[in-house]
Amino acid sequence: MAFVAIADRDHEHALHDPETFIRKYIWSQDHKVIAIQYALVAIGIGLVALVMSVLMRLQLGFPDTFSLIAPQDYYQYITMHGMIMVIYLLTALFLGGFGNYLIPLMCGSRDMVFPYMNMLSFWFYLLAVLVLVAGLFVPGGPTGAGWTLYPPQAIAPGTPGHGWGIICMLASLAIFVVAFTMGGLNYVTTILQARCKGMTLMRMPLSVWGIFMATILGLLAFPALFVSCVMMTLDHSLGTSFFMPAVVQMGQQTVHSGGSPLLFQHLFWFFGHPEVYIVALPAFGIVSDLLSVHARRNIFGYRMMVWAILAIGCLSFVVWAHHMYVSGMNPYFGFFFATTTLIIAVPTAIKVYNWILTLYKGDIHLTVPMLFAIGFIFTFINGGLTGLFLGNVTVDVPLSGTYFVVAHFHMVMGVSPILVVFGAIYHWYPKITGRLLDDRLGRIHFWATFIGTYAIYLPMHYLGILGVPRRYYSYSDSIDFIGQNVHIANEWITISAVFVAAVQLVFLFNLAWSLRKGRDAGPNPWRATSLEWQTPDTPPKHGNWGKDLPVVYRWPYDYSVPGAPQDFIPQDVPPGDPRAGNAPAGRDHGVHH
Amino acid sequence: MVFAWALILLVVATVVFHFASPWWFTDIASNWTMMDQTVNVTFWVTGFVFVVVNLFMAWAVIKYRHRKDKTTKAEYEPENKKLEWWLTIITSVGIAAMLAPGLAVWAKFVTPPDDASIVEVVGQQWAWTYRLPGRDGELGASDAKLVTIDNPLGVDAKDPKSGDDVIVTSPELHIPLGKSVKFLLRAKDVNHQFAVPQFRVKMDMVPGMVTHFWLTPTRTGAFDALCEQLCGVAHFAMRGRVVVDEEPQYQEWLATQPTFSQTAAIVAGDPEAGKPLFATCTACHGDQAQGNKELGAPKLAGQDGWYLARQLHSFKQGVRGSHENDTYGKQMIPFASMLADDTAVRNVVAYIGSLPDTRPDTSVGGNPERGKKLYATCASCHGDKGEGVWGTNAPRLAGMSDWYLARQLENFRQGIRGTHRQDFHGAQMRSMARALKDEASINDLLDYVHTL
Amino acid sequence: MSLTVAYAALATGIIVWLILVRKLSTKSWEAQPASATDVEAPRWPAQRVGLWVFLAVITSLFGLFTSAYYMRLHGAHGSAAPTDWAQLSEPPVLWLNTLLLIAASVAMQAARKSVRSSAERGFNALLLGGLLTLAFLGGQFYAWSQVRDSEFFSPLNPAIAFFYLLTAVHGLHLLGGLYVWGRTLARLRRKDVEVIDVRLSINQSVELVSVYWHFLLLVWLGLFAVMLST
Repeated sequence: MAFVAIADRDHEHALHDPETFIRKYIWSQDHKVIAIQYALVAIGIGLVALVMSVLMRLQLGFPDTFSLIAPQDYYQYITMHGMIMVIYLLTALFLGGFGNYLIPLMCGSRDMVFPYMNMLSFWFYLLAVLVLVAGLFVPGGPTGAGWTLYPPQAIAPGTPGHGWGIICMLASLAIFVVAFTMGGLNYVTTILQARCKGMTLMRMPLSVWGIFMATILGLLAFPALFVSCVMMTLDHSLGTSFFMPAVVQMGQQTVHSGGSPLLFQHLFWFFGHPEVYIVALPAFGIVSDLLSVHARRNIFGYRMMVWAILAIGCLSFVVWAHHMYVSGMNPYFGFFFATTTLIIAVPTAIKVYNWILTLYKGDIHLTVPMLFAIGFIFTFINGGLTGLFLGNVTVDVPLSGTYFVVAHFHMVMGVSPILVVFGAIYHWYPKITGRLLDDRLGRIHFWATFIGTYAIYLPMHYLGILGVPRRYYSYSDSIDFIGQNVHIANEWITISAVFVAAVQLVFLFNLAWSLRKGRDAGPNPWRATSLEWQTPDTPPKHGNWGKDLPVVYRWPYDYSVPGAPQDFIPQDVPPGDPRAGNAPAGRDHGVHH
Repeated sequence: MVFAWALILLVVATVVFHFASPWWFTDIASNWTMMDQTVNVTFWVTGFVFVVVNLFMAWAVIKYRHRKDKTTKAEYEPENKKLEWWLTIITSVGIAAMLAPGLAVWAKFVTPPDDASIVEVVGQQWAWTYRLPGRDGELGASDAKLVTIDNPLGVDAKDPKSGDDVIVTSPELHIPLGKSVKFLLRAKDVNHQFAVPQFRVKMDMVPGMVTHFWLTPTRTGAFDALCEQLCGVAHFAMRGRVVVDEEPQYQEWLATQPTFSQTAAIVAGDPEAGKPLFATCTACHGDQAQGNKELGAPKLAGQDGWYLARQLHSFKQGVRGSHENDTYGKQMIPFASMLADDTAVRNVVAYIGSLPDTRPDTSVGGNPERGKKLYATCASCHGDKGEGVWGTNAPRLAGMSDWYLARQLENFRQGIRGTHRQDFHGAQMRSMARALKDEASINDLLDYVHTL
Repeated sequence: MSLTVAYAALATGIIVWLILVRKLSTKSWEAQPASATDVEAPRWPAQRVGLWVFLAVITSLFGLFTSAYYMRLHGAHGSAAPTDWAQLSEPPVLWLNTLLLIAASVAMQAARKSVRSSAERGFNALLLGGLLTLAFLGGQFYAWSQVRDSEFFSPLNPAIAFFYLLTAVHGLHLLGGLYVWGRTLARLRRKDVEVIDVRLSINQSVELVSVYWHFLLLVWLGLFAVMLST
């Protein structure tokens, strides 16, 4: 039986421990190996997208100096850059990478409930990436329709890659949706069904909550992407008219008639907006845990944090058309969507307050993961607040289509989650490899990335207010309001961007160097409470827990509990254990008013 | 410690940057000052939150950072319901304070005034055209299926309301000062967006739909119209302009624009009548319009008629050839001016169309392999075979005088051609020619064009 | 897009919330009653949970296809209703197919009931259910060829395009089900598997197959109703 894997019985465990190299590292069904496979592929393809962004910035900053890319290259790169970063890097890394690694370890399970399907999920993901990359080499190159792939231009002449390129993109996305569904079913079912004894829902770390909700969003929203991909493929290849209206292309009428480009936009954003939270919610969860561990303080307002995650998840399905205020849809929709969009700011703001209140009265250790976590709060406040501009329909109109939008979503969806990714890697690398990443290199990496990205995006907001349009290959001197100072800003932004990109080499070097030469971490270097730090082996072996599954007696935020001998009590410490000190299990006096 | 101060410094720097920024709204030219006000309200509210929350965080990092000598632990406090509720309420109030004015202004946006006049904007790859209702105040029906070279807007000739519609084929539109205008937006091929930063309002144009927005211009001037919805390779080079005029100047402009029935009545040029007119041209361009490199006169035979007509008009109006360094262009102006009217232009163009099209000798050499890559950009407008495409306003390149093309690309790059305020297509080519960084690129490109 | 989809999502969220509200308001940092954590509540097998989550995904998928259908039919917000929607007259064979699929679902249910008492009877009923499904797919294929030959046929007509698209997606889901069906049949024949398979009893496998079949029957009835009513 292919589906037989590690069952929740200990004697079964030994039977299925893979021995050969291939079974262990390639066709592995171990969630930890799959997580690393996911992460490596995601980071690899993400580096491709990073290089593309550098090439684009060089064009924008110094349009007459470098002759690196032609206009069609520029549009192909913005498309690939956006799609890769949002889907193939962030979604895959947070859910396929961190989700896979952390869910079983944090919930106290031996593995995902469907390990074989989990493995298939990775291989489908890899296939999706390969098809995407194949798009770079087909005749006409990859699609240059923008990451939103709006028809008609996505399949019309005048757009680069409107032949093979767009087909590769659509096929790759469809495969990705299949991969994600297989992974997502695993994550949700594992969280619901395979938690260890004592791990109630409200004792789960917020990382798990964030990943859980994000996965549910993904499972319900990715079908919209799938539907739009299938229908656009048919419009492209079989001449149907789902999205294609009657148009004139290069002076010739096409066969299409009656299709609705707006239908595609609705479908796309019905996926696209939840997608923002598919990336954001795991980041929210992970950063909550980083802050709590390194501030040696319980996360403030745990219940509110969980409810906020749920509220954001539900609301994220009724805000999609705020991406379409000026799309030509019925303008009366603006009232509804502006209201829902601004309502979603309330639970989001609560999360920010609670992060900061976790720092307040804490015992803040400014470790590298903590620097990234606090850096995230700063960038996320910035990006979240500019979201209030773009979510509010009237304010959006003058700003839409300008660099303000670019600055906003890079701040909130690019820099912020990436800072969390870095923080999380510095935090969990010792568990994954048994060694700490180098601290000094980590600090250099943090400072350069944090300050560098702010130097990129702060001025970009103001270019947007001036009205500088996005998705322009170059700015002609015949546009009156775009003066010399815009070109100066563009040069500055480009220099900052090249700097930030270059600094990531420090990080890559650190990853590789510390694997062999890093300081030995021990099982729990951060003295954290959650289960993944309590494994018998570091790195954890296949099956995670040795002979006996852990039993959980407390929530994951018992830091600096009054009466405890140390400033943390792991989740699996039973009441009466010396490590719990005289902080008894019936700690109903644990709340200070 | 350093970290907390860095946070404080970033907050201060952000605020200073905000007030010192030379990049701010363009001077508004429409009634939508309320939009600027809602933006400002949002800036004040969010700015306050940004400063307060970040400074509080920085302070907390300073006060509660771990020190070797510090023995106090963190405080254990799972939640504080009262505080959390207060924060929620304050946040909700702040959000309502931003949302309410936003929705109030939006209510104005969605209800154009009844007396607003109508202007139709039609977007295409990569140009703008316009249509105004004639005396009847209503536009005739239109359909993408009806678009032809003679009816580029796809106006339905059978609709009685069409005849008096005013057709504006230039990307420059004029509107009168102080009168509300409702823009009806259409697209022929892909999504576009009609955006004039000084007006603040903008809207996508979607094929198969008519979208709209309205405004009242409040000051005169010429304002760039930009496309702000990705529409293909030349998206960034899609040029247009809206000129706000005082009423008399507006009427003057309006009077020069043809109606649909006038454009529909135009008859094809007569080659016979064009033949004597062409006699003047033969001195330079040759009796078969085959071109003469020594005299700097390009081959004309085989070139698209609509393009020749457009250039002749451009020379006549000084849109082309008026740059002081455009030696050959300057020569063309008096000759083009000898053609009395549009009929004469059409006739001479028709005669050129009847001349045999022979491939000229090549005179530019380069690396056609590299040229092929470079040409991918050009193909979007000029066609895969360089055959010229009227739909994208792009003339034929293949089989034309290569030395002439090289000179024009160089002129575009240096701003000798394409810098006149009315030369919108030239401005577009200027943007595209910028992608060719040096002479070698031009030679490679043209050597590839030889193979087409 | 039909706001219904959004509201359905919101409603689901609210229902889930109501179900979970007590669990989610636990102050987990305080002492928990022993019953809450020490005794494990009997849990569903993971496969059953996985299937139901998967059914939620499929619901989303077909819900979105249906939304797209109606939006295309009525015109997206702001544009006029399209004129190119030429009504498809559904081939009568679809009624027969519907009966076949209902019968398949009934057979699956019978298999679910009988497999508990007799593997042999369960096998037979399961086999019948699958064969009826194959007949359904054959019938759908026949319906395709009928539409292909009809005068209405044109990929440009969205009614036709949607007919092929929706039936194809539904059919593919059935094919996927048939794969699991085949494996379950094989398991019913191989008694020795039961010894090592601790995770899911054969009874539960048959149950999951039948749930999936009922669900796809519902989907088909929904799609058929949508196509008939427009």
